Amino acid sequence: MIPALLLIPTLAALLAFVLPSVRGRRVTLVSSALAHLVITGLCWIRRPVPALSGWLSLDPAGLLFLSIASLLFTTAAIYTVGSLRDESPERIPSSREDDFFFSPESENVFIGCLLLFLAAMTAVTLCQHFGLLWVAVEATTLASAPLIYFHRSPRSLEATWKYLMICSVGIALALVGNYCLTAALAIDGGADVSMTVSELMRQGTSFNKLWLKASFLFFLVGYGTKMGLAPLHTWLPDAHSEAPSAVSSLLSGALLNCAFLSLYRIHQVCDAAGLGLFTQDLFRLFGILSMGVATLFLLSQSDYKRMLAYSSVEHMGILSLGMGLGPLGLFGALWHSLNHSLSKSFLFLTAGNLLTFYKTKSTRQIRGILKKFPITGILWMAGFFAITGTPPFGTFFSEFTILKAILEQGRIGLTFLYLGFLALAFIGMSRIFLNMSQGEPDETVPSANARKEPWIRVLPPLILAGLSLLLGFYLPEGLMRVLQEASRYIPG
Amino acid sequence: MTIDILWILFIVSNFFLLGSSRLHTYIRVISLQGFLLSVLPWFSEGPVSGHIVAMSLINGSTKGILFPWLLSQAIRRAEVRREIEPFIGYGSSLFIGLLGLLTSFWIGNRLIPPTATSVFTAAMALFTLFVGLFLIMSRRKAITQALGYLVMENGISILGMALLQHDPVVVELGILLDAFAAIFVMGIIMFHINQEFDHMDTDRLNQLKD
Repeated sequence: MIPALLLIPTLAALLAFVLPSVRGRRVTLVSSALAHLVITGLCWIRRPVPALSGWLSLDPAGLLFLSIASLLFTTAAIYTVGSLRDESPERIPSSREDDFFFSPESENVFIGCLLLFLAAMTAVTLCQHFGLLWVAVEATTLASAPLIYFHRSPRSLEATWKYLMICSVGIALALVGNYCLTAALAIDGGADVSMTVSELMRQGTSFNKLWLKASFLFFLVGYGTKMGLAPLHTWLPDAHSEAPSAVSSLLSGALLNCAFLSLYRIHQVCDAAGLGLFTQDLFRLFGILSMGVATLFLLSQSDYKRMLAYSSVEHMGILSLGMGLGPLGLFGALWHSLNHSLSKSFLFLTAGNLLTFYKTKSTRQIRGILKKFPITGILWMAGFFAITGTPPFGTFFSEFTILKAILEQGRIGLTFLYLGFLALAFIGMSRIFLNMSQGEPDETVPSANARKEPWIRVLPPLILAGLSLLLGFYLPEGLMRVLQEASRYIPG
Repeated sequence: MTIDILWILFIVSNFFLLGSSRLHTYIRVISLQGFLLSVLPWFSEGPVSGHIVAMSLINGSTKGILFPWLLSQAIRRAEVRREIEPFIGYGSSLFIGLLGLLTSFWIGNRLIPPTATSVFTAAMALFTLFVGLFLIMSRRKAITQALGYLVMENGISILGMALLQHDPVVVELGILLDAFAAIFVMGIIMFHINQEFDHMDTDRLNQLKD
């Protein structure tokens, strides 16, 4: 099954690059996304056999993130078909003044890169070999850069350049981490072993500590840049806000997780080598710093897509913090990554609908969404509750688990910071969300026809919102087991 | 010939990059670094294996010829010749480079790679990495930033070459393929920046901020 998972999106991408018919390309996109989703579903029933002598295999954490990526990609693919139709050149005359809807030049490249992006993310979740993992992570950057530039506006050009440059430099540093890891094994005349996670964990404490620490630091800076941990997050708000909304939802919901997974893998190795406390300290530090920085920018935000992007930085901070808190914290972090992905991606898809309806990203110009576009309005409000961790959404329970992990370790200062930042983020975002949703629609602001919400653009976020709500009420047995296996958390 | 001659050439080439404004000089120096890199694994102990020969040939042809050629194409299309008014002047750049060299030796003396034949490997890798990062941060043109990225990659490869025995061919090729794709995508985006703004100065990319 592993070859199929990689080959389906890759071959579909090649097909999309050459297919001349618009309909054919869109059918390819959606059908390959569905096929990928079905195979991912089958992996839950029976784990696939490892490929390439164990370099590619699906462990519990990989399965979790593969499923997230596959699910989000399918919804984003359906949504993309809708948005490409709405933005096709016949419907909207391209004009230089209108910042948002430049006529997109080639849909071929867009759909092709979208599918390659899925292939690269799939590869990240499957890679057990650190060298190959690096190749896959860099490939996600390269496949997604053209997606951000889809609208061909100066703003998206700027965002793309920053994304490409900062992430490439960051990931290049992770390569230094790879080499240091090799050196850490070889320095004391260690055995010539394969650089896979399981092999390295079996080495136990035979690593050279100094080189392993250096290696971890380079990995943390490298993949941390990709994950958007402050202060390495500067590219993130630009890229996530300028990309087409379906792409933003994938960048925030699926790609950041891939970077998190890479850090999780090196953390596993360091933990087995007896450096667990060292890595946990750093994860906590970067985590709380990211939460703080993101909250600061959330409080004074006037662009709703940027607000969602900063919220992603905040949530990546929560994940990093959870990883720095031992098994229970890691359990909470992995669970939270699922909840965050579902909530954030339906918020970005809804934001894309708002952008199509109102043609502005300014929070001040939009009023009374609930009255004018009822379904979108409800989604927007539901998203607000989901992303700020309000019960009954799943985010509440995973954030609470992480709080429990902090308290169990008796870290009082950290508790105050964690709760304080969460509360401040809630206040900052409530101001924006409530103002946009409630009140009377401002008729002076031009907007699309009221009560005309095409199902193809409303259904994908509705599905994700439903799942996100469901996870608050019910955590399936199989999912629970995967989370426990991945975090080695044994509930006592 | 000892390996130290290679290191001296690396140091000189790095200072050349810091003090030069002509983009064609940058490209020639980066190409030279690529060739130096491909020679590096020959100095390792033990018999010359097929692996070393293959990697050295592939590295030489990509980093010495292919990447510089791709970038010189980008320069030709964009019709720029030199870096004008960098954020940090050439004199200061050289001085900062000197500080970087000292720091690299200081750190590198503590981190001596186990399998490397020279004690300076880590120091040289760090110094070249530093020069690449510095070029990315202190220069104005998108093309110079892409060149800086290449210098940085060269620095990382020094470390990789020194530890070559341990990396499987598939991974080596994957890394080179990624670097190639990165330069390629950067080239395309640079082309668009040039068309959009009529120049490639990245300080005009300043609309997105909080």
